[in-house]
Amino acid sequence: MLDAAKSQAPLVQVRGLKMYFPIYTGLMRRHTGDVKAVDGVSFDIMPGETLGLVGESGCGKSTVGRALLRLYEITDGSVVINGTDVASLGPEDLRKARPQMQMVFQDPQASLNPRMTLADIIGEPLNEHTDWNADRKLARIYELMDAVGLNRRFANRFPHEFSGGQRQRIGIARALALNPRFIVCDEPIAALDVSIQAQVVNLLEDLQEKLGLTYLFISHDLSMVRHIADRVAVMYLGRIAELSPRDALYARPLHPYAEALLSAVPEPDPSRAQTRNRIVLQGDVPSPANPPKGCNFCTRCPKVMDLCRSVKPDLVEVEPGRMVACHLYSSDSMTAGSTGATEAKERSQQGESL
Amino acid sequence: MTDTSVIEKPRNQWADVWAQFKTHKGAVIGLAVFIGLVFFVSLGPFIWTKDPTYINPNAAEMIKTRNKPPSWEFPLGTDQLGRDMLARMMKGGQVSIAVGMVAMSISILLGTLVGVMAGYFKRLDGPLMRLTDLFLALPLLPLLLVMVMLFRDPLARAMGPEGGTFLLIVFAIGVTSWMQAARIVRGEVLALKEREFVLAARSIGTPPRRMILRHILPNVVSPIMVSATLGIASAIITESALSFLGLGFPPDFPTWGRLLFDGVDYIQQYPERVMWPGIAISLTVLSVNYIGDGLRDALDPRIRGR
Repeated sequence: MLDAAKSQAPLVQVRGLKMYFPIYTGLMRRHTGDVKAVDGVSFDIMPGETLGLVGESGCGKSTVGRALLRLYEITDGSVVINGTDVASLGPEDLRKARPQMQMVFQDPQASLNPRMTLADIIGEPLNEHTDWNADRKLARIYELMDAVGLNRRFANRFPHEFSGGQRQRIGIARALALNPRFIVCDEPIAALDVSIQAQVVNLLEDLQEKLGLTYLFISHDLSMVRHIADRVAVMYLGRIAELSPRDALYARPLHPYAEALLSAVPEPDPSRAQTRNRIVLQGDVPSPANPPKGCNFCTRCPKVMDLCRSVKPDLVEVEPGRMVACHLYSSDSMTAGSTGATEAKERSQQGESL
Repeated sequence: MTDTSVIEKPRNQWADVWAQFKTHKGAVIGLAVFIGLVFFVSLGPFIWTKDPTYINPNAAEMIKTRNKPPSWEFPLGTDQLGRDMLARMMKGGQVSIAVGMVAMSISILLGTLVGVMAGYFKRLDGPLMRLTDLFLALPLLPLLLVMVMLFRDPLARAMGPEGGTFLLIVFAIGVTSWMQAARIVRGEVLALKEREFVLAARSIGTPPRRMILRHILPNVVSPIMVSATLGIASAIITESALSFLGLGFPPDFPTWGRLLFDGVDYIQQYPERVMWPGIAISLTVLSVNYIGDGLRDALDPRIRGR
């Protein structure tokens, strides 16, 4: 599937995306700094692909998702979706471009207007972007409700009358109303309990198969991302640490942060859980308003080198399809002969034997 | 499983609102009382045809009919000039209810407009809120005095003494009482604006105008209702205070507030003279409060159907 996708042009192309939130302090409310929520993120998403975006709380995952849909005015960079640069569109052009990109939100309770009926909520995109008559809209609303597995009788009800899983289905139906090509799923399952999570994720997969959708799937649930994503980007403090195909990443994470993150996934088999190597990171995430000078991860990295504290590593392709932002894998540090470099060699040898 | 033919079409929400409103006992009683009061002041004068401003020109006769207790000839008694209280209550109620409703509408309209604009558009927030603070800081009575001085005569010439004064009073009360509503609405809008459903509407591409009408306003209806119902009461009271100071309607022109102030001088001898307008004002305010309460509950789908 990946090879097939490679031959096409990417549907979503993000280059150097930066999203800074200004900080104003003091009596004069002077601009004294920025929270660098997203600091130079680049990736591509192929048509029909699901890119998982994982990372801990506050690393900028949701901000990337919202910036992609221009729900924030981005500080710098470009977001090309289906050939149009969303980041630089004027208000009216942006409105016309909205139907091709939609979003499913994290909290299904908060993302539905409590004073609108289900039919009104799902029909809102149709009201905004089509000039259909009431009957045709209603037919489309029923069609969407069927597609996400909601009973047609519910059309008159209000969001508070539904369970969390049903509400999330309403959110998905609303996102699908205009036949989008690209959907940002911003932690769509985080607020649901486990049995419902599986239903919603399977629904998303079915819809992807039927409608050829492309997802950016933002989550902190690593096992769910493993289930749905084709490729996975690991974010840390506003930057992508590693961007790899799913299987390769889960089998052998390259970036030390990805390695630590994946080692935190609970292991269901108790005997294997006892023997596995759990990497516990020390310290806290630095403030995004004042990130470290070098690599963002250098304050907590178990394999930190001198170089890491002074130079920010770029996201480079170290193996086919695998991009890592770490000095362990860049050619400079290989020749520097530090301990990190030798370990990197060992690791790549292990990789070949796999 | 589902047969499409049996599914009813999405129905009009106002039917649900009315159904819920009917279950709120206080609101239904309030509505009945309020309609009764409106009928009393609007249709009453056609049944009870005494002239509310009639003073017997014969001084001896006039003195005989002064300060009468309730009787069959004067069901609510007479005032210190022998005018029939029932007729005056009806006539005064017309003005008081009209002033209360119209002034409240103006102040709520202004307050909501300013509040929504300030809360939704960040650029307008500073200027509009400073304007609100400015109005709050203004001493209202001198301001009203100046307004009446400047505009009463031109308006009276253009629209007749009663129409002109009515317009002036309603406008004066309206533009000096919208600030509380504006502040409350702004606060609510600021909180609502950050909710995810507003973000969802933006990702759909809903323009600000429809965003406000569809997502913001229906969700700030509760505080607006509350300040609206309280606003009627304060508008009626403010009107009576203005009349008392000689800034409102002419002294012989009855309003409930005017009757109240006239009666205060005689409260020891003839307490019923204060009670009639007092009861009428209280009933109006109370019934409107209950209607507002019921309406607020009926408009909230989370409460509806319980």
